[in-house]
Amino acid sequence: MEEPSLSQLLPIEAITTGVRVADWREAIRAAGELLVTTGITTEAYVHQMQEAVEEYGPYIVIAPGLALAHSRPSSAVLRTGLSWTGLAAPVRFGHAHNDPVRLVVGLAAIDHDGHSSALSRLARMLADPARLEALKSASAPEQVRSVITKYEMSTG
Amino acid sequence: MKILAVCGMGIGTSVILKSNAERAAQDLGLDADVEVADIGTARGAAATADVVLTSSELASELGDVGVPVVVIDNFVDGAEIRDKLGKAVDH
Repeated sequence: MEEPSLSQLLPIEAITTGVRVADWREAIRAAGELLVTTGITTEAYVHQMQEAVEEYGPYIVIAPGLALAHSRPSSAVLRTGLSWTGLAAPVRFGHAHNDPVRLVVGLAAIDHDGHSSALSRLARMLADPARLEALKSASAPEQVRSVITKYEMSTG
Repeated sequence: MKILAVCGMGIGTSVILKSNAERAAQDLGLDADVEVADIGTARGAAATADVVLTSSELASELGDVGVPVVVIDNFVDGAEIRDKLGKAVDH
């Protein structure tokens, strides 16, 4: 079976911008709630994502200003998908180099492999500093979608 | 050579790292396979790897695995991964 594209894993309903949160837990909760409302996971997964940071530290802050919130495949994951939460004001996750965080991408996966090409595409999309900046500062979900769609079209 | 990308869960961060490490290895002209492991299986997987890439938190948790452990701060910064990987394999 062909793997889903980034656009398929991240529908516009799963994107929000300008979200106000007080701390990293609320930031992960916001990204998690979008996974719940779009039918990707149950509420339990929101806690599992927070626990992952408690257990392994803030390593999910993979680049300056960007956190990839996720936990393991579990019964709380209904299908593979992503969510996107742009924060109104950045919050600290306690990362030595990449704090503060302005963008939280939520990830849930039913297995270890089915989403890897979409995530690889996400990685390459975010590797362009100008594009990453445009995505972090996007003020509406349509802007985020438009950058992603344009990128996917350009790479085929 | 075998490069191991390690993260806590083996589904997110390490997949991102793998993707950008493959590109870095290509830039360096290395004939490399990049594999992914979570922190629980990383010690075993590192035994057959030539170099390990991971975050600073997980590097300290991993400890000494007998091969160079390269700490990456920015998992989407191709230049950082290329420079650090290049130094680690250049001896």
